[in-house]
Amino acid sequence: MLKIQNLHVKLEDEDKPILKGVDLTVEPGRVHAIMGPNGSGKSTLSYVLSGRGGYEVTAGSATLDGADLLAMEPEDRAAAGLFLAFQYPVEIPGVGNMTFLRTALNAQRKARGEEEVSAGDFLKLVREKAKTLKIDAEMLKRPVNVGFSGGEKKRNEILQMAVLEPAMCILDETDSGLDVDAMRLVADGVNALRAPDRGFLVITHYQRLLDHIRPDVVHIMAQGRIVRTGGPELALEVEKNGYGDILAETA
Amino acid sequence: MAAPKPNAAAREAATAARLADLVLPRGGFTAAARAEAIARVRAMGLPGRRDEYWRWTDPAALNAAHPEGAAAFRVDRPIFEGRDKVRLVFVDGVFDAAASDDPALAGAEIALLSGAEGLDIHWAKALYGTLEAASHDPVPRPLAALNTAAAGEGVLISVSGRPARPLHISYRQSSEMSDVMLHHVIRLEPGAELTLLETGTPGARGNVVTEVDIGAGARFHHIRPQGRAFDRVLVTHLFARLAEGALMKSFTLTANGRLTRNEAVIRIAGDGAVAHVAGAALGDGKDAPFLHDDTVFVDHGAVGCESRQVFKKVLKNGAQGVFQGKILVRSGAQKTDGYQISQALLLDDDSQFLAKPELEIYADDVKCSHGSTTGAIDETALFYLRSRGVPRSEATALLVLSFLADAIAEIEDPELAEAVTGRLEDWLARRTG
Ligand SMILES: Nc1ncnc2c1ncn2[C@@H]1O[C@H](COP(=O)(O)OP(=O)(O)OP(=O)(O)O)[C@@H](O)[C@H]1O
Ligand SMILES: [Mg+2]
Repeated sequence: MLKIQNLHVKLEDEDKPILKGVDLTVEPGRVHAIMGPNGSGKSTLSYVLSGRGGYEVTAGSATLDGADLLAMEPEDRAAAGLFLAFQYPVEIPGVGNMTFLRTALNAQRKARGEEEVSAGDFLKLVREKAKTLKIDAEMLKRPVNVGFSGGEKKRNEILQMAVLEPAMCILDETDSGLDVDAMRLVADGVNALRAPDRGFLVITHYQRLLDHIRPDVVHIMAQGRIVRTGGPELALEVEKNGYGDILAETA
Repeated sequence: MAAPKPNAAAREAATAARLADLVLPRGGFTAAARAEAIARVRAMGLPGRRDEYWRWTDPAALNAAHPEGAAAFRVDRPIFEGRDKVRLVFVDGVFDAAASDDPALAGAEIALLSGAEGLDIHWAKALYGTLEAASHDPVPRPLAALNTAAAGEGVLISVSGRPARPLHISYRQSSEMSDVMLHHVIRLEPGAELTLLETGTPGARGNVVTEVDIGAGARFHHIRPQGRAFDRVLVTHLFARLAEGALMKSFTLTANGRLTRNEAVIRIAGDGAVAHVAGAALGDGKDAPFLHDDTVFVDHGAVGCESRQVFKKVLKNGAQGVFQGKILVRSGAQKTDGYQISQALLLDDDSQFLAKPELEIYADDVKCSHGSTTGAIDETALFYLRSRGVPRSEATALLVLSFLADAIAEIEDPELAEAVTGRLEDWLARRTG
């Protein structure tokens, strides 16, 4: 599904390499987790995959179901099924949450040659998804993420994911800043989306999220590379001993 | 007094030439006002680039004896169509009775200046030219005085009740050379309420003055989508005087136009009055030059009043935006709440926004603030939208609308606000591709 090979990335304006040869493949139906120290390049990887500017790919490739992601505009990557839940969701004053989400959904459908969703059907869809994430109607009426608490912003990301139903979901620290109950809501939201044809890449610092979203594979990223790959036990090891041993081993 | 500088002599000559070229209406009840206005124009002279408030906007096209000519806009689709209203149509400044509704509105008295002109006695006599005449200190507004002197047409509206339907003054341009001067006089009696819609391009060149006297507790709503002809030049002056507890809200939408200078001079004379003026201007220099200038003067002369100026401009391809806004709080005008914001969103590096915000305060217990910003589209927000599948052009349009939201929020009627938003969306769909 998602296939990353030997990906090298540097900052566009600076000769600062950030990703130094990332190899990673997520198969359909599987949940992969990425852990790693601060500044190791996890968010950068998610941004480069989704097409944020400011980075330059100097080598390697990234494909989604065979299509060259790196050659596409961000909106085309979204239409192709890629979704990134941001580590820091963006506030957009003056644009209503509902308008935003409906514009996004219909733009994606249009790009795929599908019918647009009617206003009525859309409302029903969002209400239903919002309810399971305990997002109240008042929040939906507000401008995108404006005045939302940290936890509300993260839940709003998951709501967008639930409505857009992407094939490949990347979650960048969606658990950070969440209280215990919100964490469970988010995890339930993710689990509800698990499907044989959908892949997940979950970036996190904590085992706690992985207790709820059980990953199939865990990767450790350090200094712009995947330095270890293993099963769920790898996350438990990090939780217990930190990164010291792993980094020492690979240095 | 010293001898006039060479510059002054040139101005005097140009002014004399312009006046000599005008066909002045003879006037009945307006005769005295017109004669005084001519004297004012002579004394002030036509505006020039060296004048403090014309440094950024070249008045040459407004001063010239004749317009340069401007093609009429192909399809200026009607706006506010869904709304039941009384519509008065002016084609190249001439009233078109066949295209207009019967100028009758319950609770209001409506007449044409050209029709009432011959009368010696008219309610508008007490108002015609008076707010304009009082507006020149400290900044002269000679083009408004020129209008008082020479405008042959306009609408005289006296409102005593609260008409349910808006009055719609609809301008159409048909001639490429039309040179139009219109002078409207509006009186709202105490407690009255009027919604005035003013749409379209008056002519290839337009000079429109509106004098509004808002009585105690009266409410005046003004929504003005200015015509979209690319080459037209236009100067407007909105003079308003507010009595105790009066309210006015004026919103102007401008898309296209080689030159637009919208002046508003608002005198808050009664305690507890509220005056809001807002504008959204969209300029794309691709098809024709675009210069849009808002020059606003709010004069607080009473206690406990509120004023709000919200002006937003979206500029691309070398479009130019100018904002000159002043809040004056006279001594004794305590508890004044004055607010002013002017912002430009530049869609490229070629466009330019110049702003001159001014506060002049002579009272100590007031709350006044002003701000001016120039910025580009927020790349982070743009990426966020695109990462959700919204194409760049649509995402840009959404962000532009969000930028304009505060100005549109100054339109109180949700249906009219929606119509204006629709117009903005159309423009953006064509221009942000
Ligand atoms: N636009 C940028 N400008 C400058 N440095 C950058 C930029 N983007 C990333 N970096 C640098 O690249 C490195 C990787 O950053 P990144 O945000 O990808 O780390 P991360 O693994 O997500 O960290 P965290 O766990 O703290 O979220 C850091 O050293 C960061 O400072
Ligand atoms: Mg990060």
